[in-house]
Amino acid sequence: MASVTYDHATRVYPGTERPAVDQLNLQVEDGEFLVLVGPSGCGKSTSLRMLAGLEDVNGGHIYIGDRDVTDVQPKDRDIAMVFQNYALYPHMSVADNMGFALKIAGTPKAEIRQRVEEAAKILDLTEYLDRKPKALSGGQRQRVAMGRAIVRQPQVFLMDEPLSNLDAKLRVQTRTQIASLQRRLGVTTVYVTHDQTEALTMGDRIAVLKDGLLQQVGTPREMYDTPANTFVAGFIGSPAMNIGTFEVKDGKAVVGHAAVPLERDVIGQLTDADGGKVVVGFRPESLDIAHDGAQDAFQVKVNLVEELGSDAFVYGELQSSDADLHSGSSDQVIVRIDPREVPMKGDTIHVTIKQGAEHVFSPATGARLSS
Amino acid sequence: MDRLQITSATTNSAALLDLPWRQPLAQWPSDVLAALPRGISRHVVRFVRLEGRVLAIKEISEHVAFDEYELLRQLRKLEIPSVRPIGVVTGRLSDDGTHLEAALVTEHLAFSLPYRSVFSQALRDETANRLIDALAVLLVRLHLAGFFWGDVSLSNTLFRRDAEQFAAYLVDAETGALHRELTRGQREYDLELARVNIIGELMDLAAGELLDEEVDEVAIGNSLVERYGELWEALTGVEAFHADERWRVAARIERLNELGFDVGELSITTDIDGTTVRIQPQVVDAGHHSRRLLKLTGLDVQDNQARRLLNDLDSFQAATERQEDDPQLVAHDWLQNVFYPTVRGVPRELRRKLEPAQLYHEILDHRWYISEQAGRDVPMSETVQSYVENVLQHRPDEKAILGLAPGEEPEEGPEADYFHYAAADPD
Repeated sequence: MASVTYDHATRVYPGTERPAVDQLNLQVEDGEFLVLVGPSGCGKSTSLRMLAGLEDVNGGHIYIGDRDVTDVQPKDRDIAMVFQNYALYPHMSVADNMGFALKIAGTPKAEIRQRVEEAAKILDLTEYLDRKPKALSGGQRQRVAMGRAIVRQPQVFLMDEPLSNLDAKLRVQTRTQIASLQRRLGVTTVYVTHDQTEALTMGDRIAVLKDGLLQQVGTPREMYDTPANTFVAGFIGSPAMNIGTFEVKDGKAVVGHAAVPLERDVIGQLTDADGGKVVVGFRPESLDIAHDGAQDAFQVKVNLVEELGSDAFVYGELQSSDADLHSGSSDQVIVRIDPREVPMKGDTIHVTIKQGAEHVFSPATGARLSS
Repeated sequence: MDRLQITSATTNSAALLDLPWRQPLAQWPSDVLAALPRGISRHVVRFVRLEGRVLAIKEISEHVAFDEYELLRQLRKLEIPSVRPIGVVTGRLSDDGTHLEAALVTEHLAFSLPYRSVFSQALRDETANRLIDALAVLLVRLHLAGFFWGDVSLSNTLFRRDAEQFAAYLVDAETGALHRELTRGQREYDLELARVNIIGELMDLAAGELLDEEVDEVAIGNSLVERYGELWEALTGVEAFHADERWRVAARIERLNELGFDVGELSITTDIDGTTVRIQPQVVDAGHHSRRLLKLTGLDVQDNQARRLLNDLDSFQAATERQEDDPQLVAHDWLQNVFYPTVRGVPRELRRKLEPAQLYHEILDHRWYISEQAGRDVPMSETVQSYVENVLQHRPDEKAILGLAPGEEPEEGPEADYFHYAAADPD
């Protein structure tokens, strides 16, 4: 097992000027499950393929452990792309299906059997080892495919959107299985997805990329609680964070009737480039219902209530303001409310941000200002 | 509101509407099916017969279906041997209103042979080598076009007889991607995957007792890497020589022609004092012989078949002493007086077992064989009769070799592993 280090790793595709991955610096610890996440075209798959040896590294280096693998061919990197090769052979036993790559490599029979048995134990496949794959369920077959990678005992597992072909239900199941299996095996894993929920639920740490640039890397909790910039703030979390640009007046961020008190050191970090404005973000669950007419409260006209049983969300618009306040790709404000006290469509509710739960960013740079 | 939608660029795709899209593919009734696939696939796949064509239908998530459809279309435009994409069916709802997965529809390649079928028909080492050669050519062509396959295997390939060789066609592009140019790492990765998959597939045949015990699976897999390397070097390698050896430019082009490639562009550079010349092909196109034959005769066949027919045309020209004539006129006469009469000499019901060019190639082989036995030149009409009686009527119909017949249970024991030759189709 080993760590993985991207050291200013850059990939520029032939015929393009902007790097697909630009000076990536990232350290994946030994045994860690790191998720690369971001919207399409952000460079996450390119980063993974650079590690796999499929993409050339045009600048910087990549290390597996202490070994510089920047110019090493894929098959000599001691990595495994999991789930890529998935076809099972109908005439071979489950054990042979798992161990055939070792046989090709000339590994002694006894050692193959031992490694296959160890992998089968972890995968709950022991009792099926001598059966044919036809006897297995879909999920078990998928575990055999995983077993193929495990018996090779690679330094690093690489997974590129492995769940994208599965239906929603199997996706959730497999997600949990992969995560728990990885923790049992303790093999360093780099996993690529465009789905932030997958990233939050699976990764020890998450690296968010956009336009080839690393935006932030941290634990799911850090990414959620202290996003480094407006992009991460809007990308991580579902439903998405409410984010808007506010005027700064008398130590407060003001929009329409509403105002959010700002800490003095936050105001101190604003520059001329920010033009007397500030970006404030708040999560749907960071709002309290206030009484009618409460000072500085946001007035939200209810467009839709989404009831999920344990939770309910109001999707609405800010009253008496033309401010740009949105959540994710929608231009609505989202408020989590008590599912037992649900307003009607067309009602106006008053909400305030829980103390200290706001996120403040510079409008000029998008960077986080609050601590 | 969801509704069934067929995305297709082919003219008669409306016929697709007649298929039972409201049912999961796995439950389609056997009267619409031509066959079930063999082996274990990660998706549900079925073959149906529609308006005289055999279609392969694969259930797959919508975005993957559209990606693969688009990729297959691009490969066709690049003239890469691959299956023809027919369309994507989306918005499928079952009768109880549940969403069904999208489906990718491709046309099954007529006269193609799955590798299991080729191997189970008396495998000789030679057959294995020919399959590997065909796959190496396909992989090199894909890589030259910038296509990264990501899942190269014998089961993702179909083989067509091509004179004494095979030609390989790509059937599954699900994991593939087209790039402007492939990196060495991408090519090596594909190649290593191909090697491991081929060996695994052969080991599987061996486990099913479908492969001669003498066959060395690992050696066959390794030979792909070797063949690919040779071909790649021949097609793309830089060759340096002394300025007075200029004949080597023409020799290189001839060698590539011999391998079945045309040179579209060749870079020639010299060092400062002009004593060393370096050449490197920049653009090569497969199909050297088939293009020449197409131009002369209008026959559109595979490259080795074309090579065989061109040789026969050359003999015809020599035998009739018409070397000075316009080649197109000679080719027209050969077509009318030799090729067509020979193919028409085969009874109609047997003629459809093989493609005409393949039929002609086998008849030429047969003529050589019986002429040698008889110690005289056996004429064509007599050859055709002998070929039909002694060879063709004992051959399986190869127009549509598919998987299991509808209703046929997958066999239990490996000894029962055989291939279903689909029942005669209506046309």
